[in-house]
Amino acid sequence: MEADRPLPSPITPEARPFWDGLREGKLLLPRCGACGHVFFYPRILCPRCHARDVGWMQASGKGRLHAFEISHQTFNRAWKIPPPYVLAMIELAEGPRMMSNLINVTPDPKAIRCDMPVEIVFTKITDEVTLPLFQPGSPR
Amino acid sequence: MKELRNSVCIVGVDESDEIGILPNKSQLTLHLEAVSNAVRDAGLTIGDVDGVFTAGQHSPALLGEALGIRPRYVDGTTVGGCSFIIMVGHAVAALHHGLCDVAVISHGESGRSGVGVTRSRDTSLSGQFEFPYGFGGAPTYFGMITTRHMHVYGTTLEQWAQVAVSTRKWAALNPKARMREPITVDDVLKSRPVSYPFNLLNICLVTDAGGAVVLTRADRAKDCAKPPVYVRGAGEATEHVMVTQMGDLTFSESTRMSGEKAFAMAGVTHRDFNHLMFYDAFTSGPPLMLEALGFARRGEGVRFFEEGRSTPGGTLPINTNGGGLSYTHSGMYGIFPIIEATRQLRGECGARQVPGARVSLVNGMGGMLSAAGTLVLSNDSSR
Repeated sequence: MEADRPLPSPITPEARPFWDGLREGKLLLPRCGACGHVFFYPRILCPRCHARDVGWMQASGKGRLHAFEISHQTFNRAWKIPPPYVLAMIELAEGPRMMSNLINVTPDPKAIRCDMPVEIVFTKITDEVTLPLFQPGSPR
Repeated sequence: MKELRNSVCIVGVDESDEIGILPNKSQLTLHLEAVSNAVRDAGLTIGDVDGVFTAGQHSPALLGEALGIRPRYVDGTTVGGCSFIIMVGHAVAALHHGLCDVAVISHGESGRSGVGVTRSRDTSLSGQFEFPYGFGGAPTYFGMITTRHMHVYGTTLEQWAQVAVSTRKWAALNPKARMREPITVDDVLKSRPVSYPFNLLNICLVTDAGGAVVLTRADRAKDCAKPPVYVRGAGEATEHVMVTQMGDLTFSESTRMSGEKAFAMAGVTHRDFNHLMFYDAFTSGPPLMLEALGFARRGEGVRFFEEGRSTPGGTLPINTNGGGLSYTHSGMYGIFPIIEATRQLRGECGARQVPGARVSLVNGMGGMLSAAGTLVLSNDSSR
């Protein structure tokens, strides 16, 4: 399978469970065993209480569109999808934010608003990589 | 920090021999031209320099080698385009404590033509968590901050366009500015869409340029060629690198922190400034900086531009060199607002001179409001 976009690189050891989970259709997020803080991106200590007791929790895949852009120009040579497409910052229901794309939506500012509910679409890119993309969804 | 107030002066500033599109000049040449020009502006020689500060691809050691000097103090802090602004504070501390006597902060970047540039290896986490979704160029990140601000405060594309219009009016008065033709709000709204909410005229230029700033202690500054410009206050902070990690997309915490430190060191309030210089990589940047620094209430920074306060003849001129939007933007723009503020405080700016300029603010961001540096500069050390 040839990817139409840059693959995540380098995948770091501390983020491996995140990528493995996506391949199995699960969105796993790091959670601090000491204070319960759920955060993203994966790292070996909690950015809130700084404890080194990080585990994983399965997230709902629901969230809201925190901010967006509609790209008319491609900035990365490995990106093959023709513009326009929607760059998205997702605020997950569990709290953390991550970058993604908003798909299955008209790429027009009239059709997209910040804080609209979104839900995950597990999108297989290669045998190794499944990306967490998002589409308009129900609030919960 | 108060003991450092006015202890160090900017005594020399200049650009490289030319700025713009320079396919026949390497990045290192842009550095060396800027340093030799700025040192001459100060009435000093390269041999007087014993502190070298630079950010970007070339280390201060390489710059020392190329200049043919052996610096006894170096600083290569690289936290984005504001690094040079932050380095002014570092130079103040080093000079005050005698760790060096003449400091030069240098920028050289072949940002457009890529001459003598090493393809740098990205050590951020963007390759793993951002590039797979099409992120990459700066506009793909700063637009996030901007659409969120529009959602929370109701700011509009027409308002951001006013920033480009105001800045171009200043560029028209600066012979060194690359883009000098007047533009209208409509021109901005009809320019080529790049990444909504940004059209081409909302985004800074991409050029080749160098710039340098020379500093020394106030006692020695009196012997230099030009009137001294006092570093009255300096502050810095960093908050995040990836925009997802920014606490509140509509309010830059690093900018607020750097400003509070600089104002406290300087002993100034907002009313003391006659001239403001901001890092304008995007039209929405300066309004957000005005808000984070407390010049405007949240959501209202853009009114400075809308109401004409920022323009030639306005009550608080902003980005009088024409900014990254219209004068030059080589990639790490932060050296240029320092150069312009110094020239304004010396009264060297001709048609664009701010009458009676006495206290200037320089504020810049690194990355996407990730890092910030603020300076309070003055031509008067009396209070």
